[in-house]
Amino acid sequence: MDFTEDQIQRYSRHIILQDVGVEGQERINKGKVLIVGAGGLGAPVALYLAAAGVGTIGIIDGDVVDLSNLQRQVIHFTADVNKAKVLSAKEKINQLNPEVEVITYYDLLTASNALDIIKDYDFVVDGTDNFPVKFLINDACVQARKPFSHGGILRFEGQTITVLPGTACYRCVFHAPPPPNAVPTCSQAGVLGAIAGMLGTIQAAEVLKYLTGVGDLLTNRLLTFNAKTMEFRTIKVKHNHRCAVCGDHPTITELVDYEQATCEIKSKH
Amino acid sequence: MSKILVNGKEQEVEVPISLIDLIKRNDVAQPDMVSVQLNGEFVDRGDFNSTLVNDKDEVDFLYFMGGGSPINQQNLQIK
Ligand SMILES: [Zn+2]
Repeated sequence: MDFTEDQIQRYSRHIILQDVGVEGQERINKGKVLIVGAGGLGAPVALYLAAAGVGTIGIIDGDVVDLSNLQRQVIHFTADVNKAKVLSAKEKINQLNPEVEVITYYDLLTASNALDIIKDYDFVVDGTDNFPVKFLINDACVQARKPFSHGGILRFEGQTITVLPGTACYRCVFHAPPPPNAVPTCSQAGVLGAIAGMLGTIQAAEVLKYLTGVGDLLTNRLLTFNAKTMEFRTIKVKHNHRCAVCGDHPTITELVDYEQATCEIKSKH
Repeated sequence: MSKILVNGKEQEVEVPISLIDLIKRNDVAQPDMVSVQLNGEFVDRGDFNSTLVNDKDEVDFLYFMGGGSPINQQNLQIK
């Protein structure tokens, strides 16, 4: 791949970065990354990967932009309300870096389409906000041997782990989706907007590290932080031999759609 | 009193203490929402009652985190 003058300028801060250089930038430009969810996490991931010049960015999301999204989903603007999130995201990516090929899926990731969609990508980013899809992404990526980044945020906290074939997976750590009645009640929900950016940019950095082969990925380690104290912690986690999807005797051999837990706002008693 | 590490921080407790009691002691609002590692090994949820924590043990509580919006917009209704 020969870079044009413009490309050398655009990516100069990567090219002069010793561990990345021309070769690393070429790998980024050839990279194909799927972002599941164009929301709080997907927004910063998409923007940073587009800026970095990731060659192909796939985005899957079945939602339209809602006014309540704008507090943290920084790829969507006020004028985008009611627009499909994938379209809104694609427009911003095109403006930021026209070299990036954006493939949009205005759809939900389900047990029936997951393997078919992820097969075309080098890396998958979980930017979803619900447990059924988080487990689906995990199981699909483990089965297809696709590297992926898990991300979760709640209130003032975030957590992320990178999963490669053979390293501890999300299910090794969390086993199964929480029972619907255990999902955080509304009074415990909500999220500080900037947390999404903090976690999403960590996920984006992991993608760029993976594509360039630089550094040590966040594998077999769960990174958690709490913005109230600004304390970060990495907890060593081991591949779980009893894991239902990647253990010695996997019981999950087909993908399933878990029931989506919902929560209703109730008045205080 | 013995010292154990809970999420990397020292706690003084009478040992042995069962995991379920340690979970209660740490005000974990929803034990269903926590995954527990004892000295680096995951403990099955069904064994929280019978698993004992001893002196100098390291316990990690790992919480489920989604995206901060468990409310499905269509189902959002103020009752
Ligand atoms: Zn596993």
